[in-house]
Order: sequence, then structure tokens, then C-alpha cells
Amino acid sequence: MRLEYFEMIDRVAALDLVGRRIETRSTVPQASPVFEGHFPDYPLVPGVLLTETMAQASGYLVLAMRSFAEMPFLMAVDRARFRDFVGPGAELEVEAHVAHEGSGYVATKARIATGGKRIADAELRFRTMPFPGALAERMRERARQIGLVELES
Amino acid sequence: MSSTYDTVAGIIAETADIPRETVTPESHAIEDLGIDSLAFLDIAFAIDKAFGIKLPLEQWTQEVNEGKVPAEEYFVIKNLVSRIDALVAAKAA
Repeated sequence: MRLEYFEMIDRVAALDLVGRRIETRSTVPQASPVFEGHFPDYPLVPGVLLTETMAQASGYLVLAMRSFAEMPFLMAVDRARFRDFVGPGAELEVEAHVAHEGSGYVATKARIATGGKRIADAELRFRTMPFPGALAERMRERARQIGLVELES
Repeated sequence: MSSTYDTVAGIIAETADIPRETVTPESHAIEDLGIDSLAFLDIAFAIDKAFGIKLPLEQWTQEVNEGKVPAEEYFVIKNLVSRIDALVAAKAA
């Protein structure tokens, strides 16, 4: 993970396009500018970044489902819960699946665990739109780096 | 009005945070109630869940944008309710 660059997903561990489900892995860095403020001498990953992590896992799932034809943009976060602290070095197991595929939007349910213990979950919704500008290639490039494209093919 | 109307009006009022009495069968979701496209996606999600359907919003939007169908056909509440009833009936058939 590179928190300050919003690179929340290190690798895709599993992708099931039929079951519309994804599993990803991330390791929280030992140091980050984020921890300088959150909090001084007591570093914790902010809940908004845990939400972003669940959103990115969901987003890569939607990208794979739509074969990179559309970009999912986060539009709603419901029932978010943060059940334990997450600090430097934590190994995050992220799971997301599609709860409903609507017209122009996709709803997912996502959760984060460490060592099998649930630490965060949320229900998310994404507006799906044609890619603006050159974003599609950037997203494909990042998807390649985390192994999504490899699993998709 | 029908139970579909009551459910839809309740969803719109709650999701768009507008008084329930503001919503009438003749209301235009966009012009009268001020619901924007993003808020309408929230409403579509709630309607999809409540009725077990998939509102074809992208198709409707395209038809309106291309001038094939007036927006009133989809976004005046009584017409929206009729479309929902038709989708529910089609699903049950």
C-alpha cells in the first residue's frame, strides 16, 4: 500500500467473474506521511482509507466485470463499520462481491480482515460511466501491476 | 393511488430528503422535485431493491437525450410508477 498515493491494493488474490467476487491483499506500510497526523506517536490507518481500500477492491471487480469498458466511481457508502484498529505492518485481506448490478450503477458489499478476523465492512455503490480522457489505460496499467489482468484472462 | 405509488413516493421523499407531501403523481422528478442524476441513481437502487427489478435508467436516459421519448414519460411520478408496475409484471410472467 502507498497510502499517500491512494494505492490501496497490493495484489489480487482471487477473481470470480461468475460469482462476481474478488479477494485482494495489502500490507500497511511501516511508515507514511499519513501517520504523522493520524495520530502522532499512535499510527492508525484512517477509517476513510479503509473505506477507500474496500472501494478499490470493489472497483477492480467492476472493471474486470465490464472488461474495462466503463469506470466505476464511488457514489455512496452505507453501513460502514470499523471494528478494530489497523496499524503499520498489518496484512489486510479484502473481499468484495456484487450485491446488485443496476442500470448505470453497481452495489457491492466489502469487508477487510486481518488473520481471518473481520475489522471493517461496508456497503458501497458505484456510478459506472465511460472512461474520461486517458484514464482507461492508467487503470489497466495499475490492474496489471496488481495481477488483475492476469487473473481476468 | 396504488401501493406502488405509495412505496415510490416514500422512497423519493426519504432518499431525496424532501417532504412526503411534496411528491404527487403529477410531480416531475427532475423539474419539480429537483432530483439530479446522481440522486436518481440512489432512488433507482432503492426501487430496484424494493421491487426486485432493474430500472433501465441508462436506456431511458439515452432515449430522452436522443429526443426519442419526452422525459415526462419516465420521470413524472405516475408514469414512473406505471413503468415499475410493467417491469414487475414482466418479471412475474
